Amino acid sequence: MQTVLEDRIGEFQDRKIANRNQRNRTKDIPGWGMDADPENDPTYPMKHWNGADHERLSYEKAPQQPLDIEVLHSVERPGITRVFGTSSPPSGLSGAVRRYAYQFSEATATHWMTLILADRINAIEGKLSDLTHGILPNPWIERGWRAEWKYNRPAFIQKTATTALLITAGFMLLNRKNKRT
Amino acid sequence: MLAMNFRGPRQIRLDRNKPEPEIKHPYDAIVRVTRSLICGSDLHLYHGRVPDTRVGMTFGHEFTGVVEAVGSGVQKLKVGDHVLVPFNVACGTCPHCKQELYGNCNESNPEATAVGGFFGYAHTGGGYDGGQAEYVRVPYADVSPTKIPEGMDLENAVLLTDVVPTGYQAAEQGGIQKGDTVVVFGAGPVGLMAARFAWFFGATRVIVIDHVDYRLEFARKFAFAEAYNFREMKDPVVFLKKATDYFGADVCIDAVGCDGTGNALQSITGKGLLLQAGDATALHWAINSVKKGGIVSIIGVYGPPWNLAPIGSLMNKGITVRANQASVKRLLPKLIDHIMSGRINPKEIITHRLPLEEVPDAYRMFSSKLDHIVKPLLIPPRAHAA
Repeated sequence: MQTVLEDRIGEFQDRKIANRNQRNRTKDIPGWGMDADPENDPTYPMKHWNGADHERLSYEKAPQQPLDIEVLHSVERPGITRVFGTSSPPSGLSGAVRRYAYQFSEATATHWMTLILADRINAIEGKLSDLTHGILPNPWIERGWRAEWKYNRPAFIQKTATTALLITAGFMLLNRKNKRT
Repeated sequence: MLAMNFRGPRQIRLDRNKPEPEIKHPYDAIVRVTRSLICGSDLHLYHGRVPDTRVGMTFGHEFTGVVEAVGSGVQKLKVGDHVLVPFNVACGTCPHCKQELYGNCNESNPEATAVGGFFGYAHTGGGYDGGQAEYVRVPYADVSPTKIPEGMDLENAVLLTDVVPTGYQAAEQGGIQKGDTVVVFGAGPVGLMAARFAWFFGATRVIVIDHVDYRLEFARKFAFAEAYNFREMKDPVVFLKKATDYFGADVCIDAVGCDGTGNALQSITGKGLLLQAGDATALHWAINSVKKGGIVSIIGVYGPPWNLAPIGSLMNKGITVRANQASVKRLLPKLIDHIMSGRINPKEIITHRLPLEEVPDAYRMFSSKLDHIVKPLLIPPRAHAA
């Protein structure tokens, strides 16, 4: 397998290189730093610049939250964060798709579109899980049709009738095709 | 406990048996929710537009609550404190937090580096269950959660967790100078706040653009703004150029994000085909309507991976774009003072107060803009428990 540059680049070297350059090279670079102006930060006042960006490896970190569930993490970071959410660990087919998605960086469509695909699979898994646990989905409540009926009745009736008509027409079309074959 | 439960796009269930959250980390607190809001950005989740939104998750990043338990490392908060909980999960010690970029914490979201940690905002936001429930686990409890000042209305307190600071930061990012003309795209809760706060920075003309008449009327009253319906325009950019001496606005604020409307190409590629992260019409109009050398402030939420936007105009017009998630903790002292001094009464934007049990209706009403809704508030049954 061909190695790629990201496999060869050293981790956590940025500050070392920057500090080395500052020590050894900047004095030989004409004009270095002479126009530096902390107030010329276009993010001000949203960011109170204090140099902490350059202490990126040595900042005080919280204790690590115990890892007692599967947590996927971006390949753009070295590992999980000190604290994380535990809402819905990856599971089933959607979980497998999510694990695949997390192999790609956040700069890729593969990462995000695969996650959207996993979300749609997960929605189907949720419905199957409901059925196996004896829970029947209640679209009247869960999809907010009750609210539409209360506040937007004419448009709701029109939309429902159109949808029903289209589904019926679709079934009739399919039936006709099946009879011909 | 009772909790909102996401079942897939546009399907929400009230879960009556969700396990109560537990302390998972020494810096955690467990909070019993007293008030919770639905945010416009929750609708992006509801519509299925934010990747890694998993079935079973509880949304909600705007809530107040009473501390019920604290971890062994929590020193400032104690059981019984009534707190407002900013939507940012922030460690307080990483380089970003130390520079008050609490919306960009480095130690709260393993799943994405492009996004900070947020309550109830998909696993793209860190995988935390949110506040549309009776109880919430609140990490880094000593950092962002803030005791509600004595005498502050609870509804104003819950609006301080997101919508007020987000609207304020939208105006702040605009770098508004005295005498500026400011255009705000979107008359939702954040747009209304941004328009109102534009005056605080010295704007002398504030224009709001939307397509929902009752919200435009709301903008006229609440934000003292000129308000126009873009459905009544042939081309909103030409309208705004004409309205600003063919010069362009000094500052344009995009308070819409990825649920925009008004351009067929954007709608088809963004909402229909999902070829881009939603509909970026508002951003497109903002860039084209601002003056040369002007500032575009983006506060509307866009998802990954990309959107159609006129980058060439950005460069050729010399526009500065400023954008970020609101850094709530940074802004709280100033905004608490504005509220306690009576300069603004944010709760005027809350139009609907519903029990948590009606959360599916609340989402549908907010999504479909039913019953002239501007901002829905949810009240859990245990909000008043001793």
